[in-house]
Amino acid sequence: MNEYNDITILDAVERYIRGEMNPDERLHFENLRKTNGEIDQLVVEHTLFLQQMNRFSEWQKFRNTIQHVHNDLADKGEIKDGLKSKAKIVYLWNKYKRVTAIAASIAGITALTMSILVWSVSPSTTTDQYKELERRLGLAEIKTDLANEKVQGLAGKASPQKEIQINYRTAATGFLIDAKGLMITNAHVVKKSENIKVFNSKGEQFNAFVVQLDIPRDVAIIKIDDPKFKSFGSLPYGIRKTTSEIAEPIFTLGFPRDEIVYGEGYLSARTGYLGDTLSCQIAVPANPGNSGGPVFNHEGDVIGILTGKQAEADDVVFAIQSKYIYQAVDNVKKNPIYQNVKITSKTNNLSGLTKQQQVKKIEDCVFMVKGD
Amino acid sequence: MKQENNEKILLQGLARNDKKAVETIYRDNYGMVQALIINNNGSIDDARDVFQEAMIVLYEKARSGTFELHCQIRTYMYSVSRRLWLKKLQQTKRFTSDFGDPDSVVPVEDDLEDHLKRDLEFGMMERAILGLGEPCKSLLEAFYIEKKNMQEIALDFGYTNAENAKTQKYKCLMRLKKIFFSHYKNGTP
Repeated sequence: MNEYNDITILDAVERYIRGEMNPDERLHFENLRKTNGEIDQLVVEHTLFLQQMNRFSEWQKFRNTIQHVHNDLADKGEIKDGLKSKAKIVYLWNKYKRVTAIAASIAGITALTMSILVWSVSPSTTTDQYKELERRLGLAEIKTDLANEKVQGLAGKASPQKEIQINYRTAATGFLIDAKGLMITNAHVVKKSENIKVFNSKGEQFNAFVVQLDIPRDVAIIKIDDPKFKSFGSLPYGIRKTTSEIAEPIFTLGFPRDEIVYGEGYLSARTGYLGDTLSCQIAVPANPGNSGGPVFNHEGDVIGILTGKQAEADDVVFAIQSKYIYQAVDNVKKNPIYQNVKITSKTNNLSGLTKQQQVKKIEDCVFMVKGD
Repeated sequence: MKQENNEKILLQGLARNDKKAVETIYRDNYGMVQALIINNNGSIDDARDVFQEAMIVLYEKARSGTFELHCQIRTYMYSVSRRLWLKKLQQTKRFTSDFGDPDSVVPVEDDLEDHLKRDLEFGMMERAILGLGEPCKSLLEAFYIEKKNMQEIALDFGYTNAENAKTQKYKCLMRLKKIFFSHYKNGTP
């Protein structure tokens, strides 16, 4: 075959593969293919080649698309890019975390005391009937950041930095519902957060991410996602499936400040705000930061999740009943990753212990949750 | 149920390279992956690379026809990104122990193996086309990628007629196929 013929043949092969031949031509070509092994071979080979070419071109186009999308979103500020120095800051932060932590905690405590003083004397401005109890992080955090800068300056490494890694805006309480790090907390704290950190009562911090949000119920399930986190063998408490009785003594643990705080009270009504039957009303001291925290009965079982209080009324606090946790977890289990999650109502070894002993066992499972 | 449907629609859009779908998936998952990378010794640029590679893996999976995602897109993206980043860390020996949440990942090993193979093939193709030089590169791209017809190409490239362009294209194609198939058979770039 001379070159001219080769070109014609290839042209025919391409038109055949692309389906551009008219029926007569196609029939003729198919006959040719049957009788001529060489042409048949060429068709097979060229089909493979064209497929590869097509996939290649679509792959290239897709790569272009994602580049454009990335730049668009970064321009619109819908994803946080641009901060090229962020990684370095995080790196420095990790490196000097311990030194920083000491200074930061001193500054933090001072600032916190101040802010609590300010907060306690300033009149409430909320006009809503129902009040969510998340804690806004303001003054205290800023002070901490300043302290960080100072410490890093002393360490002689840090360049002047305007932006400390992540500014956490809100804080609330959360508690473990399984031994492997699945936690319940309030949805309003984490719903807009890209970075979530949880702190236990010893001050250890872990990264976490959202598994499920239930905005109407204001409950989120989050999961600790950190190599530092060691799974508990089993939780000290069970989660009650049934509704509790009026007048049942209860207690709460939460983080209205950077320290775990105990509160005591009783179950005052079987329904919650506006007669909500999945909630209940409790009488217990509750302050911003308490929401998402666990409510325990005197045997140390979880009976509810503290969600909010009625503004302009004392000691009217609402909690979602713990049976809701089972519904929420059932929903989570639809995701195959979580299908093995087990939560239990089995009564534990806490009943019969004194409150001090119960709290001692429980407090490791209650966390402060911070979101940005 | 509604969410499942939404995700299905998103994946169908992704398979078509529909910009809106790509944008939605990008917006909903980028922050999570970025946080994962940055919290584990990575930079913003690393996050971008890893995330975009994970997007390509998802795209390829969505296109594979028989595809059905047995978990949420978010979970899948997390799993793929975590695996990709782990591999990169191991390669650069910056960090070798495990990280992230091993309980929240779905198995993606097979998908990544397919992806790696394809990536190698496309890489070969890219290098082969680049290695052709001009005008072959533009000529073949115009015909096979931009899908222009020979008349247009003759006009664009200044050939006197379509037949001349066809001859030139044929020569270029033979060179490309030679390079491509020699790579393809050897399986190495």
